[in-house]
Amino acid sequence: MLVLLLILGGIAHAKEAAPAAEDPVVERRAMALAEELRCLVCQNQSLADSNAALAMDLKNQIRDKVKRGESDREIVDYLVARYGDFVLYRPPLKATTLILWFGPLILLATGLAVLFYRLARRRNTAEAELSEAERARAARLLEDGSEAGPR
Amino acid sequence: MNRFLIPLAIFGILVGFLFVGLGLNPREVPSPLIDKPAPHFELPQLHEPDKTFSQKDMLGKVWLLNVWASWCTACREEHPVVTELAKSGVAPVYGLNYKDRREDGLAWLRRFGDPYRLSAFDIQGTVGIDYGVYGVPETYVIDKRGVIRYKRIGPLTSDIVKQKILPLLDELNRA
Repeated sequence: MLVLLLILGGIAHAKEAAPAAEDPVVERRAMALAEELRCLVCQNQSLADSNAALAMDLKNQIRDKVKRGESDREIVDYLVARYGDFVLYRPPLKATTLILWFGPLILLATGLAVLFYRLARRRNTAEAELSEAERARAARLLEDGSEAGPR
Repeated sequence: MNRFLIPLAIFGILVGFLFVGLGLNPREVPSPLIDKPAPHFELPQLHEPDKTFSQKDMLGKVWLLNVWASWCTACREEHPVVTELAKSGVAPVYGLNYKDRREDGLAWLRRFGDPYRLSAFDIQGTVGIDYGVYGVPETYVIDKRGVIRYKRIGPLTSDIVKQKILPLLDELNRA
């Protein structure tokens, strides 16, 4: 049974790959689109990379639409209407994706702010910590270095 | 003390996010079809190829559309649950035989039993694409106005039926 399925799968694959060679311009556009779309069956692959049956069907749909002269936008909208934003590797900017888009920037800005705040405070405290007596002692040391002390 | 507590707190939050995030099922993609009209289709029936079935035939009824195939092992797993749900008579269950061969589909129903009022036969999988099917089995609850109200990707379990589907069907049937 498994062997039969594998053989059938092979045949189906060969058949479905056929339109690829038909028109290089169509194929290039279709593949460029498929690179940007996620295969839902095998989620870490793009539609272009995937050989899953559904990915094959969807690539054929994309080819047909490219041939019919639909714009990239129309084709992407067609897929988003069915599978949601999840098919897009580059999600659109919407209220629900604001954190996704700007979260890292906000984190970076927060980190930098904390860093600068700490550096500034450290500099201030370092300057303020020398008391009058210490200043006098530092001056003496600098002048003649005669003060005895452990070396 | 603060100097250790703050990083520890941030670390704790990160662990919390990861714990929840890694526990989520990446297969459960929210469907954009929820609360949208069920896409139009007209397909030959599995048992009687001369007759067709369309989602329009079901307007005015609350019903379930269950996408299945003979090659799908998870369909076998959910089969008893679908059968029980269909027998309960709360709502009619229709099948969408997805990317299957007619004789295989019919043989599967003969072997395990046929819970469906009828099954539509989608050999090309084009209706499946319109319904955003990507992991058979999938189940849709469609209301009287022909709007998709719920979608389950993957096998139905008796827990899901009890907690999600039956209460929703009750509510929709009363509407």
